[in-house]
Amino acid sequence: MADNRNIKLSVEDLTLIFGKRKKEALEMLNKGISKEEILEKTKCTIGVNKANFDVYEGEIFVVMGLSGSGKSTLIRCLNRLNEPTAGKVFFKDHDITTANNKELLHTRRNEMSMVFQSFGLLPHRTILENATFGLELRGEPKEQRDEIGMRVLETVGLKGYEAHYPGEMSGGMQQRVGLARALANDTDVLLMDEAFSALDPLIKSDMQDELLQIQSKLHKTIVFITHDLDEAIKIGDRIAIMKDGVIEQIGTAEEILSNPASEYIEAFIEKVDRKTIITAETLMFRKPTIVQFRKDGPKGAIRKMRSTGMYVLPVEDESRKFIGYVHLKDMIKLAREGEPTIEKALRVDVPSVHREYTVEEMIPLISDNSYPVAVVDRKNGRLHGLVSQTSIVIEATRYSDQEVSDLIEKAQEI
Amino acid sequence: MKRFIDFGTYIEKAINALEQGLSPVWSAMDDGISWTVSSMNDLLLSIPFLVSLIVVTLFAYYAKAGKDSFKFEGLKKGIGLASFILIGLFLIYGMGYWKEAVQTTTLVLVSTVITLIIGIPFGILAGRSKIADTIIKPVLDFMQTMPAFVYLIPAIFFFSVGNTPGVIATVIFSVPPAVRLTALGIQNVQKEVIEAGRAFGATENQILFKIQLPLAMPTILTGVNQVILLSLSMVVIASMVGARGLGSIVYQGIQQNDIAKGFESGLGIVILAIILDRITQALANKRK
Repeated sequence: MADNRNIKLSVEDLTLIFGKRKKEALEMLNKGISKEEILEKTKCTIGVNKANFDVYEGEIFVVMGLSGSGKSTLIRCLNRLNEPTAGKVFFKDHDITTANNKELLHTRRNEMSMVFQSFGLLPHRTILENATFGLELRGEPKEQRDEIGMRVLETVGLKGYEAHYPGEMSGGMQQRVGLARALANDTDVLLMDEAFSALDPLIKSDMQDELLQIQSKLHKTIVFITHDLDEAIKIGDRIAIMKDGVIEQIGTAEEILSNPASEYIEAFIEKVDRKTIITAETLMFRKPTIVQFRKDGPKGAIRKMRSTGMYVLPVEDESRKFIGYVHLKDMIKLAREGEPTIEKALRVDVPSVHREYTVEEMIPLISDNSYPVAVVDRKNGRLHGLVSQTSIVIEATRYSDQEVSDLIEKAQEI
Repeated sequence: MKRFIDFGTYIEKAINALEQGLSPVWSAMDDGISWTVSSMNDLLLSIPFLVSLIVVTLFAYYAKAGKDSFKFEGLKKGIGLASFILIGLFLIYGMGYWKEAVQTTTLVLVSTVITLIIGIPFGILAGRSKIADTIIKPVLDFMQTMPAFVYLIPAIFFFSVGNTPGVIATVIFSVPPAVRLTALGIQNVQKEVIEAGRAFGATENQILFKIQLPLAMPTILTGVNQVILLSLSMVVIASMVGARGLGSIVYQGIQQNDIAKGFESGLGIVILAIILDRITQALANKRK
């Protein structure tokens, strides 16, 4: 599938060595001498060690690694903010590593733009002036760049803030300006260096969604650096995992999760918090049998329970809004007493969530009464489906058999 | 003990050679500076006192109050400085030292301009290049710790007595803070902002003029303020080599043991210093 897409960026044997005796260190590296020995003999450290990868047109390629893994150094080699020691970076058909000053300026101004972790905004310029900074450097006339600036600010949701200054804005908004500045240059390639890492978790998640939404419209080729595997999985079409300057594995999130190439990656993905990824929507049991509050009396409810084999059923009112549960033993009691409606036995104090709630957020809803968690619509309160407590428990404890058996034991006691 | 290193003689010989070898340069400099100082003096003194008083007061008020000049808030901010200037300048005029005060101001302004023309480019150089910084720093240390009077001797030697040696000695004395604060301002510009500029294809000139200088401006303006105050203090000392102005009155006061004269002219210098300091500070604050 990937093969018939155009390759936008091609990195071959890219190596970057920090230190004074680069040549010696490179020779030693080529001979296969270990990093430690090279450091000891030449006092040079290897920032990036023979990285090879292609980035396809229109994809989000995530490079993930912990701090010190060389990922930020690697991305800076792509536009030569860091000068690579060896190797090639092909953009379309020209090699960026051998570009002269003029060609390099052209590449930076027209072909690749960048978003930084610390935003890199100019505090003495307004939001609009910041967003159009790249165009100004390129020498576009003011009218034209203001027009583009207004458009990209609208794209990132900052319409109306043109005249403000960066210091007056929150981190999330400042990074929107950083993104707008990169979009304004209308480059094919976007380099994003830990672009969302400095933001609060909630804002970070918003920005990720926003980036995906913008990407679905603009189809840029994005190289995204992060230390957060959850982020990598969420936004990356493909992920490269880096350790100590070496790319250990490249693949889709699923390929990496299901088939880790090394122990390091295995250890890494174990830490992926499935609890925070899996949502109510994926776990829920759709189209459950529902008891109608006015229509079904106790006998009707019992009939529905018999046909589904459930002893607890959700109840909705005339406007199809979820209002609670009824329990089999209450229904039998009411039926015996000849009550016409189920009103007396309706249990309204029950857990309910919206679709996007994660397993982590649902854990507190697990309780002794084994009611399933109702997934209701945020707007009209209709029932989308039910998540059984068992599935929450299983998801939450996926990697610990001990915990699962403990919980089963506990459940049996009850 | 017998002296066996005659360092002073070497310096003297070097300065002699310099004086003779480049004498057209010195005389051209002398002519240029003398002409600038005297014509600026004539110009400023041709303005009636009342006009100068009002212009300076209004300028200072505007510098302090800024956009709010016509609002109550601006009045609250600017009224103190404006009234101080009104009273202070009137006091100097009343004591009969207006002419000398103008001469001193002229010397300060001319020295400051020359200092900045020399200091800021060196500051930029030191701020942007580590090598330049390591070369320039010890030179500045030398210039700042050498007693200021010492500069007067070669200054007379090159330019004979008058305003020029005063200006030259003042410039040497006040260049260091201009260089240092410019360099500091540029070095303190966040690395990330410069990197962002590079990533968007800024040339070295664009980085300097669009990123480094604007962001360093508050610090550079603090440097300008320091330069002005140091110039003022040196201009007074420079009266010993014939520079005109309030300093020469102080000098007369010392020679004639005249307490009244000395105190009055001293007070005049204090008033000038406060006015120059507050106006430049207000201008610097507006940039922040």
